[in-house]
Amino acid sequence: MTAQPHIDTHLKRADLERCAELCRIALPRATVEITPQHEVQLTVPAADVAAALAWLKYAEGLKFSQLMDVAGVDYLGFTPAQPARFAVVYHLLSVTQNLRVRVKTYVTEGQGVPSVVPLWPAANWYERETYDMYGIVFTGHPDLRRILTDYDFIGHPLRKDFPLNGFTEVYYDAAQQRVAYKPVDLPQEFRHFDKVSEWRGMTGNAHLAETDNEFKREEFQ
Amino acid sequence: MGVTNDPTAIQQQGMENVNRELRDNGFLLTTVEDVVNWARAGSLWPMTFGLACCAVEMMHSAAARYDLDRFGTMFRPSPRQSDLMIIAGTLTNKMAPALRRLYEQMPEPRYVLSMGSCANGGGYYHHSYAVVRGADRIVPVDIYVPGCPPTAEALVYGILQLQRKIKRLPVFGEAGRRTEQPQYAYAPGEQRPYSPLEMHID
Repeated sequence: MTAQPHIDTHLKRADLERCAELCRIALPRATVEITPQHEVQLTVPAADVAAALAWLKYAEGLKFSQLMDVAGVDYLGFTPAQPARFAVVYHLLSVTQNLRVRVKTYVTEGQGVPSVVPLWPAANWYERETYDMYGIVFTGHPDLRRILTDYDFIGHPLRKDFPLNGFTEVYYDAAQQRVAYKPVDLPQEFRHFDKVSEWRGMTGNAHLAETDNEFKREEFQ
Repeated sequence: MGVTNDPTAIQQQGMENVNRELRDNGFLLTTVEDVVNWARAGSLWPMTFGLACCAVEMMHSAAARYDLDRFGTMFRPSPRQSDLMIIAGTLTNKMAPALRRLYEQMPEPRYVLSMGSCANGGGYYHHSYAVVRGADRIVPVDIYVPGCPPTAEALVYGILQLQRKIKRLPVFGEAGRRTEQPQYAYAPGEQRPYSPLEMHID
């Protein structure tokens, strides 16, 4: 495969291999690989993630001092099958070495991941967002509450089994004189648009898709 | 003199009538209701409520090219100084209580203009778990401006339509109070009126 690096086009392959080799020596329980996109990727067990990230931050010759991102992944129904349903992904940047690394850890539902807020204060909101969207719990987080969704929100919206419409919707209740919640009530069903026809996805009106929606040039003229 | 549809000619005719009355009598006769409505329509102060990309078009309508100041429409930073709320953008569930509170802080008489598809009925985010499917579920709306986003001209047109509406509204008595129960409010489980946009297609 001749994929080109898509972020840092000036990366040298030797630097990546040196980084991967250092990680292999220091982190024996991590799976270290260089992806076809020329990215160093570490897969570590959830219990080791804080120690591995701490080592990466301070390691001589690496110094991944910046935490760029913390993200969650839901692998429900994913093929090929993954070791666990969820994954937490960290992206680090080394300013001095001009290197990036991805650290990935798989967690099952309800399993905790150690928080990295003591290492990088920037992780505070990232972990809150990951918790909000996926329900992944970060143990030791100083203030783990929802960050983006509504205050009384139910569920975690980026989970694959979360319905797009959610469970509740808001309305102004004149009797109570406040904005209140009620179960979602959508009179019109969801349309599954496809490239063939915008109408074919709607159930119960297949005849429309066959007859009404075709552009007839002779009729038009 | 024949009947004309030319707005300039109608305006000139009106001014000539006013001038003749003033010249002949020295005073004008009208109703207090007309004067009050003329004053209300001529000094609509909108509250700055930009929620999304529609807000940029709202800014355009207030800036030099379209210049809402010409119509006495000046944006205010406080709900207590405003009588028009332009909901410009996507109203999310989390923002809905804040919007309702700001609406209630506005003094009567107050008007609401819903700008763009999202505020009108959820628009692109109609099926989202986080978006209110129409700002009229939270506050009563006077004017809906369609578009995604509506152009600055469309918003100016909407404000002109609101001015026309205000000029026809009653001012005094029970009818002028505008405190009746709004039609959008309904209790859970109660049959609610479906809008044409929400029709079942079987």
